[in-house]
Amino acid sequence: MPVKRREMVPLALLWASGIATLFILIVILAFILANGLPLVNWNFLTAEPSVWGQTGGGIYSTIVATLAVTGVSLAVAGPISVGGAIYLNEYTKENFLRRIIRQAAEILAGIPSIVVGLFGFLFFVIYLAPYTGGWSVLSGGLTLAFMVLPISLRTSEEALKTVPAELREGSLGLGATKWQAITTVVVPTALPGIVTGLILGLGRAIGETAAILLTAGGALNLINSLYDPGRPMTLHLYDVLTEYRDTSTAYGTAAVLIIAILAITFITDWLMNRYTNKLKGL
Amino acid sequence: MDDNVEISVKNLSLWFGKFQALKNISIAIPKNEVTALIGPSGCGKSTFIKTLDRMNDLVDNVRITGEVIYKGRNILDDDTDVVQLRKEIGMVFQKPNPFPKSIYDNVAYGPRVHGIKDRKALNDIVEGSLRKAALWDEVSDRLNESALRLSGGQQQRLCIARLLAVEPNVLLMDEPASALDPIATSKIEDLLYELKREYTIIIVTHNMQQAARVATHTAFFLLGELIEYASTIDLFERPRDKRTEDYVTGKFG
Repeated sequence: MPVKRREMVPLALLWASGIATLFILIVILAFILANGLPLVNWNFLTAEPSVWGQTGGGIYSTIVATLAVTGVSLAVAGPISVGGAIYLNEYTKENFLRRIIRQAAEILAGIPSIVVGLFGFLFFVIYLAPYTGGWSVLSGGLTLAFMVLPISLRTSEEALKTVPAELREGSLGLGATKWQAITTVVVPTALPGIVTGLILGLGRAIGETAAILLTAGGALNLINSLYDPGRPMTLHLYDVLTEYRDTSTAYGTAAVLIIAILAITFITDWLMNRYTNKLKGL
Repeated sequence: MDDNVEISVKNLSLWFGKFQALKNISIAIPKNEVTALIGPSGCGKSTFIKTLDRMNDLVDNVRITGEVIYKGRNILDDDTDVVQLRKEIGMVFQKPNPFPKSIYDNVAYGPRVHGIKDRKALNDIVEGSLRKAALWDEVSDRLNESALRLSGGQQQRLCIARLLAVEPNVLLMDEPASALDPIATSKIEDLLYELKREYTIIIVTHNMQQAARVATHTAFFLLGELIEYASTIDLFERPRDKRTEDYVTGKFG
């Protein structure tokens, strides 16, 4: 279809905005990967970081710490957010309380991470120290759970909302109990959306730095338990850069972080597409 | 109560908030017959049948008065076992709503939620139900395919099969053919004719020819009121109420 002359300028601007978004992403990815990837090899991934005051070394203990804090946050926030979304969407009517809870989740998602970190520091590191080990990957993970929770709750709720009412009616109409309808029809149908919410939360947890800075402790040693202080990759990146100006270790760590997040995103997308197609019978 | 009456409704009124959707309805639904409910959109006929298996419970802000007597009990009572009731009084919806599962799992769904696990028993129920719903010959070689790959008419017959699998007494059908083409519609109508030997059927329809073809009794609803209820022949050929006459002769609707 021919474009009218006076529509060409706005159209060009829209096109440029679209391209700019893509371009910025590519520049960042290319820059980090070009600088970081040459450093990433088996040794970098499996060696311990160098001791205080020296540059270089691997990032093995920081990968383990990232897995630990992320795992703790998902283990805590996952069931609560999915359970909360199911409760809100299936068991409560659209009323004042529900709007309050939803609003609360949104506000929680908007609290600056350093403020969440401050709370985590006061509550988990100081007040609950006998149970969390003070500075520890457990304290860090629990603090991250506050940030994962609202993201995954809202996404799960949206996913449950998209399940057609006819499917619930169909199930209840056959004499299924409400619980059976939820477990056998509603949740399986909403599963791709629920998993997407958890992955978004996971991405947030892996990438978070400020809240971790105040709660996880930052020790370079390989953790033995969740009660040990640890240094996740994001914090390691921050430390080596600000303390030692070790840009190459920072780039290498950044590259590993980005690859991990890209891999998680693509693999989940692929799995969920397969699952959705199976539901649709394709 | 008359032995030939399956469901007896007395002075049923229903409000959505302040809007009264059903006004003092009394009607006796005969056993093992097809009863059609006709009337223009918004006349309350769908709301009425949803009351019979307590599906209106799912809607916010509903208030119901009156009685619906089934097996000697008022099913509107708070202590009614709704799960058991819905097993006995099943509903087929306007739009086919197969679950996003295989054909087999759709039909086996009801028996499974009611605790049947034995594979052989399930196989028998699935085959029997699909045969009764006149779908077996079309799907017997692809039971593990997704139900969503079936055509609209096949999906609707699958939903009927899915319902038959829980062995109900009463089938409520809310415009089951309105989303289907004429050939699929005539298959559903033939099926109703077969099914009424074993089941009491209440069908809501927009289509007066359909009511005339399938139903022994017909009720005409208008703006939440039951205007007239009679044998189908009488209602169409000798309507007593002027409004019924205007509707069945196509003056409005």
